[in-house]
Amino acid sequence: MHDYRYIDGVVTLEVDRLRCVACGNCVVVCPHRILSLTAEGLEVSDRDLCMECGACARNCPVEAITVSPGVGCAVAIMTAWINRLVGRKVLSGCC
Amino acid sequence: MPQVAATASIRDFWGTIGARTGVIRRNYKVAPGLYAAGSPGPQSPVLVTANYKLSFDALRLSLAGIDAWLLVVDTRGINVWCAAGKGSFSTSEVLHSVHHSRLKEVVSHRQLILPQLAATGVAAQAVRKGCGCAVRFGPVRAADLPAFLRNSMQCDESMREVTFSLRERAVLIPVELFLLAKPLLAAIVLVLILSGIGPAIFSPAAALNRGLILLAATGLGIIGGAVLAPLLLPWLPGRQFWCKGLVSGAPCALSAWLLFAPQLGLPEQLALVLWTETVSSYLAMNFTGSTPFTSPSGVEFEMRRGLPAQLAAACLTLALWLAGPFI
Repeated sequence: MHDYRYIDGVVTLEVDRLRCVACGNCVVVCPHRILSLTAEGLEVSDRDLCMECGACARNCPVEAITVSPGVGCAVAIMTAWINRLVGRKVLSGCC
Repeated sequence: MPQVAATASIRDFWGTIGARTGVIRRNYKVAPGLYAAGSPGPQSPVLVTANYKLSFDALRLSLAGIDAWLLVVDTRGINVWCAAGKGSFSTSEVLHSVHHSRLKEVVSHRQLILPQLAATGVAAQAVRKGCGCAVRFGPVRAADLPAFLRNSMQCDESMREVTFSLRERAVLIPVELFLLAKPLLAAIVLVLILSGIGPAIFSPAAALNRGLILLAATGLGIIGGAVLAPLLLPWLPGRQFWCKGLVSGAPCALSAWLLFAPQLGLPEQLALVLWTETVSSYLAMNFTGSTPFTSPSGVEFEMRRGLPAQLAAACLTLALWLAGPFI
């Protein structure tokens, strides 16, 4: 997977080490393997590889991780823009 | 209890073709509920999946010689990861399936194995709270399940990481093309009308002649953005997909120019090259939705740059193409 890098410096992933209870749930579910538990606590090894799928935040029992999750899909984002423009609420996507 | 086979039938084969080309993709479902693979007992593992038939097939076909229960959640016929991302493969849907299937009357243990990618929508701690079942996230790919089960439910690092190999990219191309059928039909009509406009108000001969040239350029742009861009993705320079599309569209634009330049004036040649690149760039940008590594923040970032550029290029194409016959 390391052939792929997307845009740097845009990701919304934030870790609050003070809240973290080191349960390791987030480490398990991350599909890009950028989270690990070290002696100092939860470590994000390469933040720009995060795709904001939200699996870590969803499975954190103490809300120590925040990320604005979503689907990284141009069509979905465009549909959302158009919906906002015309005041429609139904989300129809390609998948 | 419905029994599933660990082998694919001819019908599955054609179903997979239908889903992969896009023809029946939106309605390729299995009934939600509990299924048996092999001859499972009260101690057998419970594997949870989505009710998209391709997800269900990937799971059952990986289970040759394994006795397990399959709990199929109603994700409205959407695959595991997309359904988890869009909220239909959720904690509440898993709880509903556990209750509705009366799973606890069938198995004696209280453990569910979920695909790792369901974690985007399913909170393990909330499932435990809701039905008393512990959630274990299995490997990303169903093919790794036998190894996972053999290895006392432990995953290697490689089983937990998404991949995007050449093969995985190539199988997505048919659907990308199928989704273009409707807009393409509208484009054909529009292009033929616009191409006929000239000093003689409307010339059917020019409509056909110039129209087919512009449509050929459109086709080449589609090849650039929806075929070459996915295939060459890791090797295309740039991070933003709309830029990658410009690169993969370049040989297509050059081909369009070499093929048709002798028949066209300079403004139309320029329009042709511009249009091929625009189509390729736009379609490459749309491919973000099919990849497993683009963040929504990133996609929005690049769309704020790419979309205005593409829109400007399309307007310029239109102006040049319309001006062509008058110069």
